[in-house]
Amino acid sequence: MIFDYNVIWDSLPLYFGGVLVTLKLLLISLFIGLLLAIPLALMRVSKSVFINFPAWLYTYVIRGTPMLVQLFLIYYGLAQFELVRESALWPYFSNASFCACMAFAINTSAYTAEILAGSLKATPHGEIEAAKAMGMSRIKLYRRILLPSAIRRALPQYSNEVIMMLHTTSLASIVTLIDITGAARTVSSQYYLPFEAFITAGAFYLCLTFILVRLFKLAERRWLAYLAPRKH
Amino acid sequence: MYKLEVQDLHKRYGSHEVLKGVSLAAKAGDVISIIGSSGSGKSTFLRCINMLEQPHGGKILLNNEELKLVAGKDGALKAADPKQLQRMRSRLAMVFQHFNLWSHMSALENVIEAPVHVLGVSKKEALEKAEYYLNKVGVAHRKEAYPAHMSGGEQQRVAIARALAMEPEVMLFDEPTSALDPELVGEVLKVMQDLAQEGRTMVVVTHEMGFAREVSNQLVFLHKGVVEERGCPREVLANPQSDRLKQFLSGSLK
Repeated sequence: MIFDYNVIWDSLPLYFGGVLVTLKLLLISLFIGLLLAIPLALMRVSKSVFINFPAWLYTYVIRGTPMLVQLFLIYYGLAQFELVRESALWPYFSNASFCACMAFAINTSAYTAEILAGSLKATPHGEIEAAKAMGMSRIKLYRRILLPSAIRRALPQYSNEVIMMLHTTSLASIVTLIDITGAARTVSSQYYLPFEAFITAGAFYLCLTFILVRLFKLAERRWLAYLAPRKH
Repeated sequence: MYKLEVQDLHKRYGSHEVLKGVSLAAKAGDVISIIGSSGSGKSTFLRCINMLEQPHGGKILLNNEELKLVAGKDGALKAADPKQLQRMRSRLAMVFQHFNLWSHMSALENVIEAPVHVLGVSKKEALEKAEYYLNKVGVAHRKEAYPAHMSGGEQQRVAIARALAMEPEVMLFDEPTSALDPELVGEVLKVMQDLAQEGRTMVVVTHEMGFAREVSNQLVFLHKGVVEERGCPREVLANPQSDRLKQFLSGSLK
C-alpha cells in the first residue's frame, strides 16, 4: 500500500478549516459548560434536598446517556415538534452548529459540575472554620476561599474532561458539520482513501491534544504550586 | 468593664452534656488560660465563644454588646443576626490547633485576606500591616511561601499574624502548640508571651503549664464541663484545692 500524500496535501485547507470548526465547538461548549457547572456544583454540595436534587438529577441523566443520543435528540428530535418549528428559536434549533454547541455544553456542564462538587467537598474543614472565625459571610466564604481553592484542585481532572470534549466534538461531523472528522469523511468519500483521510484527522487531534496538555501543565504549575514539593 | 464576658454556657452533644454552665470574664489585657484533661470541654467552650460550635444556653458579650441568639429546631442556639455574628467574629480572632491557613494562598495573602475582604481595609494598607505583623512574629522572610512549604512553627506564627492583622479585641487560642514538634513549641509560646506583655486580651486553651503559670493572670481548670477551680495561676497551680486538679497536675507537671 502506498500512502497518497498528494491527496492529503491538496486537502489540507479543508482540514485547517476543520480545525477552526473543532476549536470553535470546543471553546464555546467549554465556556458555556463551565458557566453552567459552577452553579450546578454549588447546588450539588448543598445540604438542602430541594436544591441538591435537581442538580443531582440533571448530572445523573446527562452522564447516564450517550452524547450522540443527546445530540440527535436536540438536532433531529426537537424538529419533530411544531411548537419548536414555529417558535422564534427555530433559526437556532435548525442550525447544526448551534445544536452541537448546545449538546456539548450541556454534556460537559454535567461532568464538570461533578468534578467541581467533588473538589468543593474535599476542602479541608479547618480552612472553612478559619474563614468563618474571621467573620466572612457565606458568599465571601464561597467566593474567596471555597471556589478558588476547589477550582485549582479540580484542574488535573478538568484537563481530562477538556481532552475528552475535544474528542467528543468529532460527533459534530454526524450532524453535517465539517470539523476535523468531517473533513476526513469528505476526503475519504471523495477519493476512496479512508486510511489516509482518517490518519490525518488523527494527527490533527493528536497535535491539539498535545497543545492542550501543555497549556494545562502551565496552568497547574501556576495555580497548583502550593501542592507541589517545596523548591527553595 | 469587661472586654469579653461569657455567662453560664451550656452545650450538649445529643444527651451528653459537655458544658454545664461555664462562665468567664476578661478585662482588657487579661490573659486567661483554660486547662483541663481532654474531654473536659475546654476546646468546645472556646469554640462556642465565636459560635463555631452552637451552645444550648448562655450569653456571650463583647464590649458589653450581647450576641443575639435564638434557638434552632434542634434546641441549639444560633445567631439571630448573621451580620452581627460576622462583625463580632471579626473582632475575636482565633488561632487553631492545626493552624488552618488557607492552603492555596501564600503567607502574605493569608494575612491580608480578611482585613481586605471582611474589614474593607485598602490593599496597600493591609500589605503594610501584614509585613509588620509577619515581621513581628518572625516569619517575614517566608511571606511568599505556601503553607505546605512551611514548618508547623512557621505556619502557626503566620496564623497568629493573620489573627493580629484583624486588630482584634480579644484573641482566642485553641491549643496553639499541641500539633507542634517539641522544639517548635518554644517559638510560638515566645510570640504569645510578647503579645501578652503588649497588653492584648487573650483566652488560651493550653496544655503548656509553664505558659499558664508564667504568662496568664487567670487560670480556669475545667473538668467534665464545669469549672472546678479558677484564680491566680501561681496560687492555683502551687496550691490546688480540688482532688481533680491535684490529680491532673500530678500527671502533667514534672
